[in-house]
Amino acid sequence: MGSVSKIILQRLGLGLVTLFVVSIVIFTAVNLLPGDFAQSILGQGATKDAVEAIRKDLGLDQPFFARYLDWLSGAVRGDLGTSFAAANFSSFVGSDAGSGLGTVAQTIAPRFENTMFLAGVTAMIAVPLAVFLGVLAALYRETIFDRAANIFTLSSISSPEFFLAYVLILVLAVLNPILPSLSNIFDGMSFSERLERTLLPALTLTLIVTAHMMRMTRAAIINLLASPYIEMARLKGISPMRVIVKHALPNALAPIINVIALNLAYLITGVVVVETVFVYPGIGQLFVDSVKLRDIPVVQACCLIFAGAYILLNLAADIMSILSNPRLRHPK
Amino acid sequence: MSGLSRRGLLKTGVAASMLAATGVPARAEAKKGGTLRLGIAGANTSDSWDARTHSDSFMIMLAYGAVFDCLTEIGADGQLKGELAESWDASADAKVWNFKLRKGVTFHNGKAFGADDVIESLNMHVAEGAKSAAQPIVSAITNMEKINDHEIVFTLEAGNADFPFLLSDYHIVMYPAGQVEEAIAKGIGTGMYKVESFDPGVRALLSRVDSHYKDGSAGWFDSVEAVAINDASARMNALMTGQVDAVNRVDFKTEPLLRANPTVNIFEVTGNQHYTFPMLTNLSPFDNVKVRQALKHSINRQEMVDKILLGHGRVANDHPIGPANQYFNDDIAQNTYDPDKAKSLIKEAGLDGLTVQLSAANAAFAGAVDAAQLYQASAKAAGINIDVIQEPDDGYWSNVWMKKAWCACYWSGRSTEDWMFSTAYEAGVPWWDSKWDNSRFQELLLTARAELDSDKRRDMYGEMQQIMSVDGATVIPMYANYVDAHSTKLTNSGTIGNVFQMDSSRLVERWWFA
Repeated sequence: MGSVSKIILQRLGLGLVTLFVVSIVIFTAVNLLPGDFAQSILGQGATKDAVEAIRKDLGLDQPFFARYLDWLSGAVRGDLGTSFAAANFSSFVGSDAGSGLGTVAQTIAPRFENTMFLAGVTAMIAVPLAVFLGVLAALYRETIFDRAANIFTLSSISSPEFFLAYVLILVLAVLNPILPSLSNIFDGMSFSERLERTLLPALTLTLIVTAHMMRMTRAAIINLLASPYIEMARLKGISPMRVIVKHALPNALAPIINVIALNLAYLITGVVVVETVFVYPGIGQLFVDSVKLRDIPVVQACCLIFAGAYILLNLAADIMSILSNPRLRHPK
Repeated sequence: MSGLSRRGLLKTGVAASMLAATGVPARAEAKKGGTLRLGIAGANTSDSWDARTHSDSFMIMLAYGAVFDCLTEIGADGQLKGELAESWDASADAKVWNFKLRKGVTFHNGKAFGADDVIESLNMHVAEGAKSAAQPIVSAITNMEKINDHEIVFTLEAGNADFPFLLSDYHIVMYPAGQVEEAIAKGIGTGMYKVESFDPGVRALLSRVDSHYKDGSAGWFDSVEAVAINDASARMNALMTGQVDAVNRVDFKTEPLLRANPTVNIFEVTGNQHYTFPMLTNLSPFDNVKVRQALKHSINRQEMVDKILLGHGRVANDHPIGPANQYFNDDIAQNTYDPDKAKSLIKEAGLDGLTVQLSAANAAFAGAVDAAQLYQASAKAAGINIDVIQEPDDGYWSNVWMKKAWCACYWSGRSTEDWMFSTAYEAGVPWWDSKWDNSRFQELLLTARAELDSDKRRDMYGEMQQIMSVDGATVIPMYANYVDAHSTKLTNSGTIGNVFQMDSSRLVERWWFA
């Protein structure tokens, strides 16, 4: 097991470097956008004096590198700074009434929790469904079932997310009012109500991520079916289902796990459209709002979370691939 | 099932629908109860209970419309009435104003309301470093004198007959003195609804206070849940599926679907909101009045109302005073689309032809770029070449508006003529976006401001609108309606305010469940 922990440490180290690079790229990119927080918050009211006053409050009048270093020195100490949106509010009050309010962590935490909840519910539905369908498709390959499953999942992955969302709203909220079309979950909601409200977006996302995982499961299994050891199993007279689940699937796990990890990362980082359609208060909405407002500290923190999600999930996938493979688990 | 058979239920159902069919307005007595669920566009993560920063509908509706009160209120019928002020009177030169405050009013935290709260709430707008949109209103007050707890005298630097009107502005709400910071953090006002929870840019929950001075005339809902739905399709959907009871800013593209839905009503008012194309008169060729007039005659206003607003608007006449203003002058000759006249005006200006650049971005108003292109097409017939320059939305107000010689812009309008003119057309003000300086216009602006006689003011403001329509440097093609929608479960008094959207943002107070 020594090699596994070595890999984990190595990858975590590399991950930190990646996060550092991501933070530079994002900071530069947001900086290159026209306009800044002062202008976007003031809109039509952006007189020169007002813009200058807000810039000074927020330190936006500092040069680029000074601002980045300031942010970085806070970030390495675990302080992601104060959201401009909230800082602005306290500067309007004219004293530190806002201090303690509106740190980036406080702004992001509830949204991130919601995103994780949605991703979690989706994963609970989508992953078992995809693997199950994949196994069945491999078992009944080239049959009507296989074709139907393929056509259905491929057409749902090929449709734009908002289209699927509206189809589901039409079917499940308008024509048959089973589920609420508005997923405005909030603190203090009971778990079952929260789950009910999250179901429609989760189903939409399920439709989007299932195809990828299902087809990978199917392909990985079929790939193995020509191997001699499967032939052997068949010759022993084992039922086709057992051949696949017991003999083929364990060897096909590595690529499947990788694809699942990729899709889970997508669920955390890329669901803005679905959030918008269902008015789900997740981190994607916050991210887009913050980019619009040029609220750099929040944008930075969101990007770090997104990058972190990819890094950690990929790492987890690699480790699980190793654990699923006895040859890698017990290196000579 | 208290003895009601299915047949019986059917019968009552029939009776109800017959009642509806006879056209007897279902606007019987207002009644209390229920939770109003709103789906509102115009929410931001930077929202707070600081009314000085308010500019978008979500917070205006909740703060000004439910949680806080102003000194005065513009009723649904357009008449000014007291809110926290009971009565007021002015000196003959409209310079000294005496306000009597309502007694027995308390804030949500129990503090009694009085003159000190008024003074502190007004001073917030002129505090060092404060960035309030109401700063010009308050800085015109040179002295505030507390006579007693419920009487206060304001002295203005110059006479202003509209002063009580200005105090109904949604920025100037009353906070508890000495607790302003807490009130901003938690939302503590004197309004009919107090804040139960507030998640900026996401959701707010309000509940009715137990007793209030407006009891019996407003505030019928037990509680209000406002959900921020900035996406137009999601908002329409929420209303259609019954997830919310009312939404603002109906999406014109899906409006026919909404109209076809029997459980939904659309309500629409023409207010003062208007779209403009200001020209900088300090730059050639816009310094030439003939060129300006030629441009006013080369825009097809009705086409713009039909195509950009999809009919939800009204042709305007190159002045910013709208149907929701007291002294709106509807008798001025309409500047019409007349390519021949425009051509001869160009000739009179001593020019062979005209090529001008028009900067637009949809940040100016929804459809601004399309509007500029329509303008380009209609002006071609008059021999005028308009180069449409599509600007980025980001930084539009900082980098394009008031910088480029001719651009697209919008105004939500102001409740008084003086306020509108002095915001953007008085010489030297920060938002003087045309640099148009007509001496008669400027003179009238100052005279009318201090005049208390309503007829004289009507004449003066009428003339100002006339001057601007003919000589002014801003092409104002149309008023954009406020189009909102509600479930048929909701009803109202039958009079809907047109100062802002959603019954002048006071739907929460004024409506009830039928």
